[in-house]
Amino acid sequence: MDFIIQNILNALQWGSFYALIALGYTLVYGVLRLINFAHGDIFMVGAYISFFVAGFLLGPIVGLSPAMTFVVTVPLTMFLTSLVGVTLERIAYRPLRRKGAHRLYVVITALMCGLILEYSNLAVLGASRLKFPELIEKQIWNIGGITLTNLKVLVIVTAILVFLFLQWVVIKTRVGMAMRAISYDKFAIPLMGIPIDTIIVFTFVLGSGFAGLAGLLFAMSYPVLEPFMGMLIGWKAFIAAVVGGIGDIKGAFVGGFLLGFIEVGVVTVFPSTYRDLFAFTILLIILWMKPTGLFGMPQSTKI
Amino acid sequence: MKRLLTALFITCLAIMLAVPAMAANTIKIGFNIPLTGDIPEVGEGSKNAAEMYLADINGAGGLDVGGKKYMLEFIYMDNEAKAESAVNAALKLIEQEEVVAIIGPNSSKQAVPAGGTCNDNRVPMISPWSTNPDTTKDRPWVFRAAFLDPFQGPVVADFAAKKFGAKTAAVLFDISNDYSKGLAEIFKSSWEAKGLGPVVAFESHGTKDQDFSAQLTSIIAAKPDFIFVPDNYNQVALIIPQARDLGYKGPFMGSDSWGTPDLIKLCGEQCFGQYFSTHYAAAGAKGATKVFIDRYMEKYGSEPADYAALTWDSIGLLVEGIKNAGKVESSPRKMRQAIRDGLAAIKSFDGITGSSKFDAQGDPIKCAVVVNISDTGKFVFEQSVCP
Repeated sequence: MDFIIQNILNALQWGSFYALIALGYTLVYGVLRLINFAHGDIFMVGAYISFFVAGFLLGPIVGLSPAMTFVVTVPLTMFLTSLVGVTLERIAYRPLRRKGAHRLYVVITALMCGLILEYSNLAVLGASRLKFPELIEKQIWNIGGITLTNLKVLVIVTAILVFLFLQWVVIKTRVGMAMRAISYDKFAIPLMGIPIDTIIVFTFVLGSGFAGLAGLLFAMSYPVLEPFMGMLIGWKAFIAAVVGGIGDIKGAFVGGFLLGFIEVGVVTVFPSTYRDLFAFTILLIILWMKPTGLFGMPQSTKI
Repeated sequence: MKRLLTALFITCLAIMLAVPAMAANTIKIGFNIPLTGDIPEVGEGSKNAAEMYLADINGAGGLDVGGKKYMLEFIYMDNEAKAESAVNAALKLIEQEEVVAIIGPNSSKQAVPAGGTCNDNRVPMISPWSTNPDTTKDRPWVFRAAFLDPFQGPVVADFAAKKFGAKTAAVLFDISNDYSKGLAEIFKSSWEAKGLGPVVAFESHGTKDQDFSAQLTSIIAAKPDFIFVPDNYNQVALIIPQARDLGYKGPFMGSDSWGTPDLIKLCGEQCFGQYFSTHYAAAGAKGATKVFIDRYMEKYGSEPADYAALTWDSIGLLVEGIKNAGKVESSPRKMRQAIRDGLAAIKSFDGITGSSKFDAQGDPIKCAVVVNISDTGKFVFEQSVCP
């Protein structure tokens, strides 16, 4: 029993990262119908930004305590990462949108942007890995044979809070209403006096900001940073978002945790070579039965 | 515009044709090393050692072969620490650069496939760091400077049994890495052959994995006396802290892939106090080894890791092979044959990682050392194990 609960906790932590990244995919897709393939790499950039921010704050010039550093690093990382997301939108996606390019070209541009982020990181910082400093003092709690750390709890709670927050933004606020409206009809919306570019920038701020937060938490949980860390996890989170029903906040959240549970579950029972085989077979079956994903709505044109 | 392009094209072509012609008095040696990818530190160390060797030889006017001096030329090719890239890098060195011999790849994951390529193309290859038997097995053109895993596995098992008084063991290894998988299996059979107790957990992961909690939960539930982790240093730095987070308090035991300064940078205090088997210990070295370490420290500001020392020895072996060949042929194909025969003729070799004898397979028989990671993050010699 301990064994099962322990693995459920492991899966919750791992799934939290998928969920956090999948939420960013789904936000941008929901508004622009654009699969932002650079999202996994924005997550990577977020981890690196948090590394430098934390390093600077801990360093001799500022000299904050680790706990204070964490408190300051969270908003600063989210802010700086959202700037990266907005810059990408500004220099890569918006010009194409203005020229009325087909969505396919924008998706390819996104893929290229991701590769540019990876390889410019490799060129600037080199291939050597970086060690993320310890920001919050680790506490290991042992409750009846089950061990969990404060960091694990923090990650899981954050994923849930981010989900609730985004759900609230999209459903209850005026900006959220505008986002849903753009998704519904991109051409009629400007006629209603809604500033479409502002809303799109806001979407990118939200998506990239939370990718930055995910990057920070990831770097704290797995403190070895490398330029390609966002690639695989980004793709998998994208698949999680699709299985959940891309464009739907709830879908991304559930899809992320579902993938986390399947992966950890398979590894517990079988050798790790079978993990991706089983995980993606299960996801394929889900899509086969429900092609729009668990919570997705049928759409006439999709990529 | 068109004319300009044609002119450029012709110039490029002329340069490409002229370069091999100019290089008549040099011996070209290729290096197939991981300068980027998962283990960039390994490629960097190898390159540093090679540059030092090159400066020594060429600074003295070149290598004396059969009474004539030849300059050496080293060509470094990045294999990105990937198996398929290592094969491509080997082919590029053989076909485009026309090298007469190749040093590397370092780890078995790349050395096993690249060894096949070199053997098929009849080019002598020396792997400095590869310990998997398959690298040189039935390959007359492939040599190595390191001991083999069938020797390293029992060394680890014996040491752990004595030091930790262990009865049961667990293994966590990288299933897509020839080195890790091979060593894990050899360790398992040699532990079970001791008859102290079983290997209670034998868990695997993939190369790009970052979360090991599921495997570690299974391992910890099996209550082993120690965990053997024959993994690359970047994964070790994730595995040990995660195991501690899950409540494991026992010791870890590692293999020669742990021995890089980056292990301490990435893993920090969590790795202190653990043991691993390796090729040599920098702390407390004597003689030629100490001279090498001091020179390396002075030049690059850090202690040379085992792969740097083994690269140095590999070049030493190759130079010995070239000297045995007796003369330099202008055709790369004839030269390759002569070097191979020269290498095969070496019966014993005194290197900075110890002296070794060579068996029929072209594999060295040499001692291993077990190293302890001290409380200051230094690799301290614990004991030496000879075959």
